[in-house]
Amino acid sequence: MKDPLGFAFRRLGGQYEVDEFGFDAELTEALLEVLRPLYRCWFRVETAGLGNVPRGGGALVVANHSGALPLDALMLQVALHDEAGRTVRLLGADLVYRLPVLSHLARKSGHTLACPPDAGRLLGRGELVGVFPEGFRGIGKAFWHRYRLQRFGRDGVVATALRAGVPIVPCAIVGAEEIYPKLGDLGVAARVLGLPYLPVTPFFPWLGVLGLVPLPSKWLIGFGEPIRTDGYDPGDPRAAFELTDHVRETLQRQLRALRARRGPAFPLPALPRLAW
Amino acid sequence: MGNTVLVTGVARYVGARLATALAADPGIDRVIGVDTVPPTAFARSGGAQLEFRGIDLRSSDLAKVIGTADIDTVVHMTLLSGPARSRSALKEHNVIGTMQLLAACQRSATVSRVVVRSTTAVYGSSPADPAVFTEETEAAEPPATGYAKDAVEVEGHVRGFARRRPDVAVCTLRFANFMGPGVDSPLTRFFAQPVLPTVLGFDPRLQFVHEDDGVEVLRRAAGEDHPGTFNVAGEGVLMLSQCLRRAGRVAVPLPSPTFRVLGELARASGLLDFSPEHQALLTYGRAVDPSRLWAELGWTPTFSTADAFADFLARHR
Repeated sequence: MKDPLGFAFRRLGGQYEVDEFGFDAELTEALLEVLRPLYRCWFRVETAGLGNVPRGGGALVVANHSGALPLDALMLQVALHDEAGRTVRLLGADLVYRLPVLSHLARKSGHTLACPPDAGRLLGRGELVGVFPEGFRGIGKAFWHRYRLQRFGRDGVVATALRAGVPIVPCAIVGAEEIYPKLGDLGVAARVLGLPYLPVTPFFPWLGVLGLVPLPSKWLIGFGEPIRTDGYDPGDPRAAFELTDHVRETLQRQLRALRARRGPAFPLPALPRLAW
Repeated sequence: MGNTVLVTGVARYVGARLATALAADPGIDRVIGVDTVPPTAFARSGGAQLEFRGIDLRSSDLAKVIGTADIDTVVHMTLLSGPARSRSALKEHNVIGTMQLLAACQRSATVSRVVVRSTTAVYGSSPADPAVFTEETEAAEPPATGYAKDAVEVEGHVRGFARRRPDVAVCTLRFANFMGPGVDSPLTRFFAQPVLPTVLGFDPRLQFVHEDDGVEVLRRAAGEDHPGTFNVAGEGVLMLSQCLRRAGRVAVPLPSPTFRVLGELARASGLLDFSPEHQALLTYGRAVDPSRLWAELGWTPTFSTADAFADFLARHR
């Protein structure tokens, strides 16, 4: 951080700016600073196809979702910020905005509720919007379903991109599937807590808080060629279906290729060879 | 041209200021102010064109005034959030009063313009709502209690009136919270305290309209036809945490159930009006897009949300 004292004064005096969504650019920089060690050292994230992310203007990044906790969203944010120089505005479930702490941190780091008015508004302002259309079906799926793209939500964010006439960038995230291998689900406890699922992993809940440490899998984030939406007729309801299918198939293909390219999730470090 | 203007709710601050501003307008011959109690600020400014009638909106006297005074424009701004009376009295005042007023306007042959002061509280505050409301946005959880629910009902009656009298230009203005040195509302009373309870883990987005801009918007709406529903808010938003830090107040974060119980206690004791909709606002916040009104009026407000709050603080340090 360049000017920690000035930062502290601005924060304590409330002299910082937020946009109408509550996005606080200065605080986001500080939060990304905290995430960077996780990005660089823990998951060793590598990116591919950065040239496919538009340098400016509205675009919709459509990514696969996995890992029980949305660390993939945070890593995508770091990747786009650090390596593509863009602030991504992610669309999240309303659960995020119901929960204390998470709700305002999500708004302050630029994210908002997954709903057509917000998505359309951000795209119209020329922002890069990110979405995980599988939603809870994707992030809460069992370990043996890994890298299998789930059904896309009906909230129609693809249709919003179609109406806004912005390109769709498919984004495959490989590695998040292995951070919390979900073997079971404490369904009843989840319902009591008002959560969509409560995963059982080899370490959680057996090790308590320690079980929340994500496994250090190797990550790759790859951006595919932008899919243009201007060839479709926004008034045709079938166009949105067709486009959604097209995006989904493209993303699944991309995901398979990137997973093969990564190889094992937990590559063993090269053992020191004894010289004789 | 609109020569006689009837303003309801003139005993309150914004109503009194609007009546005074309208009376100063050379295009307006006569301003009749209506309220249950005489206004204090209004009596002092008492120009020749300014009259006050002590009328309860629910009584038949109102119909007589509208019937006999050749009124051209009605500005209705009695919507009350105050804790002073019971809930049923408040509802009767807000909703029944509006129905009576609209019934009188419907029979009138002279009324050609109706301006209604509503509130952005009609959108409610919930985590399932879009971040920014436009006039068309349907609330995910429509307000079920209090002042906000009254406002929803009042707007319903106003829409009904607009359908029955398409020749009358009906302008519904949904105001964000008023803010400024002269405003006395649950929110300004909240910010005037030295130590403020907040909801632990939540930092709502708030939006304010400065009193001067609010009066100017009402004056313009009363002077020309601007049919439709419009959001009114200063540019930008402030987070509650920003407000508290700028004000130099101490925040006491409480878990939301505790906050709710304390709010009810404060309300019961009459210390502070902490209604459920107010609590929802201080948990989830709300922002609206006012750009439609600025385009319609061809005018933009002088004060942003942050400016309005700064002006409020200048008085309440």
